[in-house]
Amino acid sequence: MRHLLSTEDLTRDDALRVLDTAEYMATVADRSVKKLPTLRGRTVVNLFFEDSTRTRTSFEVAAKRLSADVINFSARGSSVSKGESLKDTAQTLEAMGADAVVCRHPASGAPYRLARWVRGSVLNAGDGTHEHPTQALLDAFTIRRRLGRLEGLSVTIVGDLLHSRVARSNMWLLSTLGARVTLVAPPTLVPVGVEQWPAEVSYDLDAVLPKSDVVMMLRVQRERMTAAFFPTEREYTRRYGLDADRLAAMPPSALVMHPGPMVRGMEIASDVADSTRSTVVEQVANGVSVRMAVLYLLLGGTREVT
Amino acid sequence: MTQCGDVVTSEPVAGAGRWHLRGVRPFGADPVDVVLDGGMIVEVGPGLSPAGANILDADGLLALPGLVDLHTHLREPGREDAETVASGTRAAALGGFTTVFAMANTEPVADTAGVVEQVWRLGRDAGHCDVRPVGAVTEGLRGVRLAELGAMASSAAGVRMFSDDGHCVSDAVLMRRALEYVKAFDGVIAQHAQEPRLTEDAQMNEGAVSARLGLSGWPAAAEEAIIARDALLAGHVGSRLHVCHVSTAGSVEILRWAKSKGWRVTAEVTPHHLLLTDDLVTSFDPVFKVNPPLRTATDVEALRAGLADGTIDCIATDHAPHAPQDKETEWAAARPGMVGLETALSIAILAMVETGLLDWAGLADRMAIAPGRIGGLPDASPDGTRALSAGAVANLVLVDPAARWTVDPGALASRSRNTPYAGRNLPGRVQATFLRGRPTVLDGKIV
Amino acid sequence: MSGRETSGHGTARTVLSGEDIGRVLTRMAHQILEKTAGGNGVVLLGIPTRGVPLARRLAARVRAVEGVELGVGSLDPTMHRDDLRFRAVRPLEVTDLPDGGIDARTVILVDDVLFSGRTVRAALDALAEFGRPRAVQLAVLVDRGHRELPIRADYVGKNMPTSRQEAVAVRLTEIDGSDAVLIVSEGADR
Repeated sequence: MRHLLSTEDLTRDDALRVLDTAEYMATVADRSVKKLPTLRGRTVVNLFFEDSTRTRTSFEVAAKRLSADVINFSARGSSVSKGESLKDTAQTLEAMGADAVVCRHPASGAPYRLARWVRGSVLNAGDGTHEHPTQALLDAFTIRRRLGRLEGLSVTIVGDLLHSRVARSNMWLLSTLGARVTLVAPPTLVPVGVEQWPAEVSYDLDAVLPKSDVVMMLRVQRERMTAAFFPTEREYTRRYGLDADRLAAMPPSALVMHPGPMVRGMEIASDVADSTRSTVVEQVANGVSVRMAVLYLLLGGTREVT
Repeated sequence: MTQCGDVVTSEPVAGAGRWHLRGVRPFGADPVDVVLDGGMIVEVGPGLSPAGANILDADGLLALPGLVDLHTHLREPGREDAETVASGTRAAALGGFTTVFAMANTEPVADTAGVVEQVWRLGRDAGHCDVRPVGAVTEGLRGVRLAELGAMASSAAGVRMFSDDGHCVSDAVLMRRALEYVKAFDGVIAQHAQEPRLTEDAQMNEGAVSARLGLSGWPAAAEEAIIARDALLAGHVGSRLHVCHVSTAGSVEILRWAKSKGWRVTAEVTPHHLLLTDDLVTSFDPVFKVNPPLRTATDVEALRAGLADGTIDCIATDHAPHAPQDKETEWAAARPGMVGLETALSIAILAMVETGLLDWAGLADRMAIAPGRIGGLPDASPDGTRALSAGAVANLVLVDPAARWTVDPGALASRSRNTPYAGRNLPGRVQATFLRGRPTVLDGKIV
Repeated sequence: MSGRETSGHGTARTVLSGEDIGRVLTRMAHQILEKTAGGNGVVLLGIPTRGVPLARRLAARVRAVEGVELGVGSLDPTMHRDDLRFRAVRPLEVTDLPDGGIDARTVILVDDVLFSGRTVRAALDALAEFGRPRAVQLAVLVDRGHRELPIRADYVGKNMPTSRQEAVAVRLTEIDGSDAVLIVSEGADR
């Protein structure tokens, strides 16, 4: 792997290599010394054009546990907010000698452009409404740890599919790894062209829940309401929110996942979010292990392609 | 034997001069000699020997009437860093064009007699090809009030085509009034058909690829709905509508229906919509960002068929030069548009002639005769019968249809480099262009 | 006992047979018992890949000889290597410490071949992250020389002087289906 830009392009072997490597990284978190010297002397730049303390911190912890130098380059308050172009920023990072650039950007595809302009590895930490590959990898890792496998599982992804990079990345990755993915949303939030995705689409959450091994809830932004994607918050919650009754309709072993940040009371009820079936907190811890794995696999060897 | 396109001057002649084009093939027919004098074609026939003429040994080069582009962005005034009238018309001449219609979305907007006359004069002074300014339909392209269409029509620029291109005249009443108003001087409204609410923040064709890439969609229906509405309005008020850069299969069907009603509706298609598809966006390279967006292979097929059967009247380039900082960005921040003047003929040959959909006469109609008629060029004959015959204005282009060339963005005459064909090997090379009997291009180079 | 097989452009020469390896390991087990006062508090940590089955075999022999149960585990030093950036990314192997950890115990690192010493150095660093052993020793099946660091083995199955153009290939039944140690000369397929 040279870059990690999407899960759509990730092969099954590469995806499994990340998950297996993450298993090793997870053991580091249990040690008294949580640091490895592996990436000593390497520079990782966190280039965030959107605020995301959660994701940025996760990458920062991951890079530091591998002894990399971390530079946080946030768009706010820097030359970027003064109109500097992405290309100029890329050239600045080049001059700093960045070995890897972790890029979060509001425009879909921005990391693809960056990858053409820098010599180092580019990690997509979320681009617009396109992909968020490390989130999907950590979700897959979490499912595999809890349920022991991915092959043959039924995973239901519920929410704003149209605007969700998490949904896209999970849909590709989980289907690559042999899970059956069902997407549930009001028809307004299902993209035109979804027929070509390796997933089923349903508008009826209650029909899908009893057959789901994992239910992944997506954040629904309130501003979607004003754009007429659905009439009211109350109606959305009634039809697509996960509450205790719906949790009870799921198989007893089924998991509830949420990439965060959650809108409690909207797509997920508080008691569901905090239940033992919920993996929300584990997902955060697993995020560090998976990101360590990705950093190691991208930076832990020679630059030359083998 | 001299090489194709080599010029052998027997005697120097002043002014436009007298030219003896030996062995050209008009519309691909058998070789004949053509004599140009005083800006006109004066004689066509085999084995001519006019006295005192510059001789161009064409040796089998294809002769077509000078190409006419109804849709060019020359960017002057305002964005001379992207293109000027001089650089854009050099590109046009090299592409075989003798007339280009310059779109109104300059800075300031070409919405007054003053601006259209300025553009017209810049074109005349540059001298590479005729520049016919397009006037804005509404003041400042804002879609609120009509611009002074009559003043632009009676200006020195003699504007006949009006367009808010880049913006759709979406207000139905305003569109109706514009269509009615231009009847007074046989004008035509060229509509950029894009329903604005359906295309807010639209980034690419809405379909399977946009779903994957998470780029907000530009649905075909947003174009088709406006074309249907405007065709109904044009039919209702009996005026002329021209539809810019048709891009969808549905639009072709609607145009076919509108024409079957006998309404005065014409349409153009760009070379890139005849060849490229939306899966190119997968690279996220904004060189493929254009408005209307690249569509699917099904649309490309329908557009080619529509152009072949005359439902779509002509090819127009929508040549849209952009400076590097407007293209070398993330997709959403990039401006839409591609340069096209220098590649248009080659792409048309690739998409239409090599596929057997059009012969050379058909291609000449779609790229020279039909657009001249739609644009109201004074020397255009309704059916093109005068083209390339004695008595016609000596606007013509000589093409080596067998030559192939590889597109090098750095070698383009346009000031901008945003061609989607970089590195592509294309058929057909312009060897010479004559504007009213005067060569603007010889041996593939600007004179 | 030595055989010779030809493959590719080079040759592979068997220097230890399966029986030889068995004898060598038995001797090493005795030496370990001797040197650690009966194996008291000893943990054998194999370095993946082939150090791991070797550690298990040594533990089994100690058990057979004295009835003593040594701790056995594995330690992957990859993340501590100093040569990562000169090679393609290495997949990570299992690190698995026996119950009770390594604090205040005698850890014997077990590997198949001792060459530059860099793997052992990385393993010493890796070990430090899991605790503080009372002592660390090293057991290798083959010492082929060419050390690049001041490291030596406490237990050596066989000293085997080689040239740098040669490679030493250890085959173990658990991984390769049979036991043998080969010297492969330049150009041979390995």
